[in-house]
Amino acid sequence: MSFHPNAVQQRARVASALVFATILVLLGAFFRAQVLRNAEYTLASEENRLREIPLPAPRGIIYDRTGRIIAENLPGYSISLLARNEDSVRATMARIGGLAQVTPGQVGAAVRRFRRDPTRPTVLFGDAPFELVSSLEERRVDFPGLIIQSSPKRHYPDGPAVSALVGYTGEVSDQELASDAFADYKPGQQVGKDGIERQYEGRLRGREGLRFVEVDARGRVVREDPREDVPADAPAPLYTNIDLDLQRFAAGIFGDSLIGAVVAIEPRSGEVLALHSAPTFDPNRFIGGIPFDYWTALQADPRRPLYNKAIKGTYPPGSVWKLQTAIIAMEAGLVDIDDHMATPCAGGYQYGNRYFRCWDKKGHGDVTLAGAIEHSCDVYFYQLGLKIGLSRLIAGGIRLGSRDRTGIDLPAENRPLFPTDPPKAYYDKLFGPRGWSNAVTLNLSIGQGENSQTVVNMARFYTALATDGSAARPEIVRGESQRTPLFRLTDAQLRGIQGALEGVVGRGTAAGSRLQGITVAGKTGTAQNAQDRSADHAWFVGYAPAEDPKIVVAVMLEFGLHGSRAARIATRIMEHHLKAKVTSMPEVDG
Amino acid sequence: MRPAQRVPEDWPLLVIALALTTFGIAMVYSAGQTDVSTIVAKVWRTQVMWALLGIGVAYTISRTSVRLLEWGSVWMYLGACVMLLALLFIGKGAGTAASTKSWIAIGGVRLGQPSELAKIAVVLMLARVLSAQRTAPTSLAGLWPPVLITGVPWLLIMAQPDLGTGIVFIGVLFAMLFWSGVPWPLLLMAASPGISLILAFGPGVWGGWFFLLLLLLWWKRPAWIETTAIIAANVAMGVIAPILWDKLDPYQQNRLLVFLDPSADPRASGYHLIQSQVAIGSGGFLGKGFTLGSQKRLAFLPEQHTDFIFPVVGEELGFLGVTLALGLYTVLMLRTVRVAARASTPFASLVAFGLTAAWFTHIVVNIGMTVGLMPITGIPLPFFSYGGSFMLACWMAVGILVLVSAEGRGKADGLVI
Repeated sequence: MSFHPNAVQQRARVASALVFATILVLLGAFFRAQVLRNAEYTLASEENRLREIPLPAPRGIIYDRTGRIIAENLPGYSISLLARNEDSVRATMARIGGLAQVTPGQVGAAVRRFRRDPTRPTVLFGDAPFELVSSLEERRVDFPGLIIQSSPKRHYPDGPAVSALVGYTGEVSDQELASDAFADYKPGQQVGKDGIERQYEGRLRGREGLRFVEVDARGRVVREDPREDVPADAPAPLYTNIDLDLQRFAAGIFGDSLIGAVVAIEPRSGEVLALHSAPTFDPNRFIGGIPFDYWTALQADPRRPLYNKAIKGTYPPGSVWKLQTAIIAMEAGLVDIDDHMATPCAGGYQYGNRYFRCWDKKGHGDVTLAGAIEHSCDVYFYQLGLKIGLSRLIAGGIRLGSRDRTGIDLPAENRPLFPTDPPKAYYDKLFGPRGWSNAVTLNLSIGQGENSQTVVNMARFYTALATDGSAARPEIVRGESQRTPLFRLTDAQLRGIQGALEGVVGRGTAAGSRLQGITVAGKTGTAQNAQDRSADHAWFVGYAPAEDPKIVVAVMLEFGLHGSRAARIATRIMEHHLKAKVTSMPEVDG
Repeated sequence: MRPAQRVPEDWPLLVIALALTTFGIAMVYSAGQTDVSTIVAKVWRTQVMWALLGIGVAYTISRTSVRLLEWGSVWMYLGACVMLLALLFIGKGAGTAASTKSWIAIGGVRLGQPSELAKIAVVLMLARVLSAQRTAPTSLAGLWPPVLITGVPWLLIMAQPDLGTGIVFIGVLFAMLFWSGVPWPLLLMAASPGISLILAFGPGVWGGWFFLLLLLLWWKRPAWIETTAIIAANVAMGVIAPILWDKLDPYQQNRLLVFLDPSADPRASGYHLIQSQVAIGSGGFLGKGFTLGSQKRLAFLPEQHTDFIFPVVGEELGFLGVTLALGLYTVLMLRTVRVAARASTPFASLVAFGLTAAWFTHIVVNIGMTVGLMPITGIPLPFFSYGGSFMLACWMAVGILVLVSAEGRGKADGLVI
């Protein structure tokens, strides 16, 4: 043990130097962190504590032509979580499960939303019931990172009456998020799924706002950041051509008992006044997630309420298509409105070794083209079809739009079914080279056979008959109307055809649907269909008033038995529109 | 028997210790000021009570004599060892180290951590044994008494396990060996296996170190058996240990690390370190203001009142506050080194230097850890970290140092040597 004072002094100097040096190294490390790298760490500390919370945007309001609301936003609540990982999403859902019913599907959806965008607050419930919101508010401390905020919720005041038209909204799906078209969408956001909502998604979608909050290490929102919120933006409202009053009326006629569709169009502009498919569903129940039992019930319903029969359903048009046969023949100069056919109608027509029946077994006798239209004489049209010839008939049908979509501004319109030109190739492919004969011409000429039309397409064709031979593209939302010339007839010829259509309602097959004070023109159709031989589809397509058409209505009743039933519905809609119109004029928006 | 030439109390030392304690309690108070209030909000009051108790105990100690301490050192040491042994059976965990057995508790109330008092006991016992030797040891074999004295409580503490306190024991042992005059080549040889273990993570660096060690051995030529042992130990630590370590699965490595230091769960410790550095770095030059640190307020900073209290200083008081704290520590240690240098007896001198070394180890390991210079080990910061036994132990050390200073040679006038 050497404790000589000099030795001790020596060691004390070494020890002091060591203390000094070590402290200097520490100070250097702090200088580096606090002074040299201060900006970097300040940023890291801001990132730690500040979070951007998206503020859900309201969707654009959809109005009808007079300013009545078709779709609006109601106050709702969404519940999201500032989640650190999947486990915290699951754990929070499990704890919420102690307060309200939480399905495994909801948990799975929340986890998927987190995976897709972990930096964004994960939406747990897009449309939370108020009871859940209030019980969570009471237990806020137990749910760190939970964000309960008001979130506009889509509402359709007329619900089932507008479903075919407006569609519905829903959460953007995984498939959609994966596609380029939805590149700027985030999980949990609402998107139009069908109808106007989907067609005009770009115009209806609002711009999300932002709110800045300070969170603690457990993700609890501690306070609002002083930075000002970026408010959510609602887009400009969408004005449609729909006449909500007429839409309700049309939907009301169909009720829940009839199956079918109706399309009402202003013939010159193509403005769609009403469009309905029956039976219907309530789009309000689709908002915030479709209840499973409601969805399965809709899916299981054989009347297919989810299927839009106005633009997607294709049906054999039957006699309403006879006008196309007549126009093709007239344009070709084969017949005039007063011309007779070689064989008068005795209830049927012998062609080769087959006997083709007329719908009326008693027969119509010797009729003109006008008479044949009024009474829908099949025998007349069999012969007219043969005169035209298969090739010209099909080419003419195609030219008149029997294979075209109308281009209505609704998603997923179906293309009508009609043979292609040349017919030989088409029928050879369909039946085999020896499997068919020229007899197909007879079926086609009365709107049967290889011909299935959408309701909206038949309405479009009749806008040409109601006006000057050019058809208007149906337009749901106000815009440029677009007319396409379909056929060219002389005034006398067109007048003749229109007169015959007036005769249908005046004294022909739809005589029972005459209206007091309004001349209605139109054509019935009773179309055989493959599903049920005993129950024909019933059609009526027509316009009114005949002298200055304001509305074209196409009605199709699945298994409606006879066109006259469809005619009664169509004329009531016309009557409602034409009489109601006078009183509703002053209300026009603008 | 009180020496007649007793000089006045060491006021500079007391003033620095009081300043650090006040600073520390203020930081413990600030550590409790979080946005979501926790139990930590109230602990500063407890800390004040312990500090007052510690000051009282320090005063009492300063009224005794160094001879009494020398006489009592054996009993304190034996008592500490018995207590540490008993802890292995009745010890309780707490906080981040819930799985360890470092607390003594009666009826569920945790009374304290005996290992804090054991540090002082080991310092006293080492001082007694080293001061009793006529000459400093010149061979590794001659180091056995101090190694044994440190080794017994060290093993008991590593069995709790408490790596932080274990490191302090080793720091104290080497510092006191140095102070007792053990030549530095011998210390280096004794420490060489540990240095090899640390340097083993870079094979080139270890190679260089090993070459220097061989030069040292060739120069000093210790007994051949010691030479062999040193070379074998260095090869084992520097070459074989890393290979064995690599053969372990990560989860086994983690388990071993957690066993060595329960508070250093590798997954959590990375997070702790990042948040600690963010807190310090974002403090900047002037800091965010007392009690206003967002990292701390929003609970991103873990253990902000115990092991990670220094980042609160860094975040709220900035580089200026850090410099002030480190400055106070520097003055404190320079002052106590001076007390050791001027002590009247070798025993008193060794005690003073041992206590200084204990503080030094605590300060360097704790602060170095918060700024990323040291691995994370659960070790408190003297006068700052919340903890009753530790505050008590710190002030007991102050009392002993004041006593040694009072009995020392010359007037306690200058701050440094």
